[in-house]
Amino acid sequence: MSGNSTYQPKTGLTRWLDSRLPILRLAHDTMTTFPTPRNLNVWYTFGAILTFFLAVQIVTGIVLAMHFLPSAVLTNGGTSSVAFDSVESIMRDVNYGWLLRYMHANGASMFFLAVYIHMFRGLYYGSSKAPREILWILGVLIYVVMVATAFFGYVLPWGQMSFWAATVITNLFSALDQVVPHMGGAHAPGIGTMIAQWLWGGFAVGDATLNRFFSLHYLLPFVIAGLVGLHIWALHVPGNNNPLGIDVQGPQDTVPFHPYYTVKDGFYLCLFVIIYAFLVFFHPDFVGNPDNYTPANPLVTPPHIVPEWYLLPFYAMLRSIPQKLFGVLVLFGALATLLFVPWLDTSRVRSMRFRPMMKQFFWVFVADCILLGYLGSQEPQAVWHLGGIDVPLLWPARIGTLYYFVFFFVVMPFLPLIETPLERPKSIAEAVLGTAQPQAAE
Amino acid sequence: MRIVLPLALAAALLAPTLAAAQTADSEPLPPRSLDLSFQEPYFGLYDRAALQRGYQVYKEVCSACHSLNRIAFHDLGAPGGPGFSEAQVKALAAAAKVPAEPNDKGETYNSSGERITRPGIPADAMPAPFANVEAARAANNGAAPPDLSVIVKAREGGANYVYSILTGFGQKPPPGFKVLAGKYYNPYFAGRNISMPPPLTDGAVTYSDGTKAAIDQEAKDVVTFLSWAAEPKMEERKQLGFEVVAFLVLLSALLYLSYRRVWRDKH
Ligand code: HEC
Ligand code: HEM
Repeated sequence: MSGNSTYQPKTGLTRWLDSRLPILRLAHDTMTTFPTPRNLNVWYTFGAILTFFLAVQIVTGIVLAMHFLPSAVLTNGGTSSVAFDSVESIMRDVNYGWLLRYMHANGASMFFLAVYIHMFRGLYYGSSKAPREILWILGVLIYVVMVATAFFGYVLPWGQMSFWAATVITNLFSALDQVVPHMGGAHAPGIGTMIAQWLWGGFAVGDATLNRFFSLHYLLPFVIAGLVGLHIWALHVPGNNNPLGIDVQGPQDTVPFHPYYTVKDGFYLCLFVIIYAFLVFFHPDFVGNPDNYTPANPLVTPPHIVPEWYLLPFYAMLRSIPQKLFGVLVLFGALATLLFVPWLDTSRVRSMRFRPMMKQFFWVFVADCILLGYLGSQEPQAVWHLGGIDVPLLWPARIGTLYYFVFFFVVMPFLPLIETPLERPKSIAEAVLGTAQPQAAE
Repeated sequence: MRIVLPLALAAALLAPTLAAAQTADSEPLPPRSLDLSFQEPYFGLYDRAALQRGYQVYKEVCSACHSLNRIAFHDLGAPGGPGFSEAQVKALAAAAKVPAEPNDKGETYNSSGERITRPGIPADAMPAPFANVEAARAANNGAAPPDLSVIVKAREGGANYVYSILTGFGQKPPPGFKVLAGKYYNPYFAGRNISMPPPLTDGAVTYSDGTKAAIDQEAKDVVTFLSWAAEPKMEERKQLGFEVVAFLVLLSALLYLSYRRVWRDKH
């Protein structure tokens, strides 16, 4: 599907440009004529939504960075800091600064909501399977860099949660002290502590940490943009997968991207942006933590340290394991597992529409992720009272963590041995225009 | 040694039960719900008169202990705020004593060691009662009164919480609850022992608009004022939000119609 360009430069200037830098040809082939399966449903609009939010984060972020001061130096008689003050001054003194900041902070949440839907969509329709393995892996890398970017961003306003989230997360590295307790000499710190100190630029989270996190927070979105470019390139070689999970067989199965999917993506993007606008304008602090409006104070630990909602499932996994190093390995293992999904899933059928058993395990998996998210938001020693029995939340968290891994390492590879897939339609065109799959027409 | 071990064991076993017994009493109550105009998330605006009265409460009561660093006098006249006139703002600023810049001899302290002050101008921030957090702590029994500029956003429960704290004094602690020396019982505060003495009394201020200054009224007014201080652009935000959402709804209707038209013969 790549390589057969239909672009025809019409003017002297575009002909001249086309034989030197065929950039208009590229745009034409990827955004206009690109043959796209005619049966993509609403869940396929999230790619466009994600691109939009990356742009929103970069544009609002660049303007915020013109006013933000990454300094932990104390102000107001020791009760605040330069960074915290600069964010408050963005909210109060910069024209539409409040709008920029609320768009940026809530934009991060919408970005993650979209990426989770996008990823679950990929799992459900088997989009990671051949020939789209690299496409999927690039997606996982984008997600991991997004997590890092959002973590660095959350540290910048230098509130209590900023400071303590940075402390908790960077301290994860000190678990490696169990591997090498002393780096050279019995009194030297362990390898984990050394890494943590190297990250901090000192002996604790402080001014140096804030400065470098700002630098990285500015850098990484452009790394994401580069990865997104590769991701789209890797998409345009095999073309889109689709809700039926069957291959495109010819022109009767596709429509040109423009205007069919520009208008469809545009419509659903607009609906999604309405939700975003509700958060920004009417509930701007809904996803935030009130503690982050208290300036960072290294001497006062907040009673309940929690990350932003989009990282809660991983936080629940980390806390469900009593042994620190093992907990950290589980945390990173949960992310790394995603890289292997193309090979873990051994079914020949891509779409779970035709996999009656896998479909159920999938929805349990979605529920499991939501449950872990909820558990991550609770106090670590919280207890459920179930009809007279006290269940410490640690236990559901452990079971949830276990299921996460069982889903990938047991269900995915072995379920196809016992599952009989349903019969699939012969072609997309038949399914859309014929009678086999009425609801697939969307 | 022989006696220490069993004791330590017993303590270890008893500690969680004791801790549990204590948390039951020192666990804060959920804040009481208010129904102030600005709390309505879509159209609710501030009550201008309440903002002006609230400023009076802040100035005459709270400012003895709490700073309000992020608010300057000219904010009191800015759109979406208390709406004092330019002349009123000037007068309010001039009545305040703010730390002076170095004089022509380079001094900021006079011969008796006091900070030299000058009358404020509208661009000045509200003067803080203490020079630094250590001084604030020393004067308040070890607990520094926090800056109030964003306090409403910095607490779970927001305006309801601050209102509950201000009106939550004077209740009888449950039997066995220990009110610590120099602290006051307040069931809405974490741990229920607060270092702030009850700041409001009936008639603590005299309102010029004739409103009766009961504790509850004063609390509502100052909470309105502090909510504005934490979110001075709230009115602008909600108004712009209405326009943006209306535009987006219209746009999505148009996009939907285009979508149906473009796809008409494709499925
Ligand atoms: C005599 C000094 C004093 C006055 C006057 C005073 N406060 Fe306080 N306030 C304090 C101190 C001290 C604390 C810290 C309490 C603690 O941490 O135990 C405090 C804490 C607070 C808190 C934070 C409670 C929390 O959750 O941490 C709020 C809100 C507050 N004051 C509001 C007010 C308001 C509004 C007024 C005016 C009506 C006022 N205060 C008047 C001394 C004062
Ligand atoms: C992948 C894209 C991005 C994500 C997910 C992201 C996420 C975040 C988050 C979660 C915050 C904390 C918001 C808060 O609670 O106040 C933040 C703050 C910030 N970000 Fe970003 N960001 C992104 C891109 C950028 C870019 C490209 C820039 C600059 C060029 C930028 C500059 C800033 C600045 C200056 C702040 C501090 C001001 C503030 O806290 O509002 N961001 N970011």
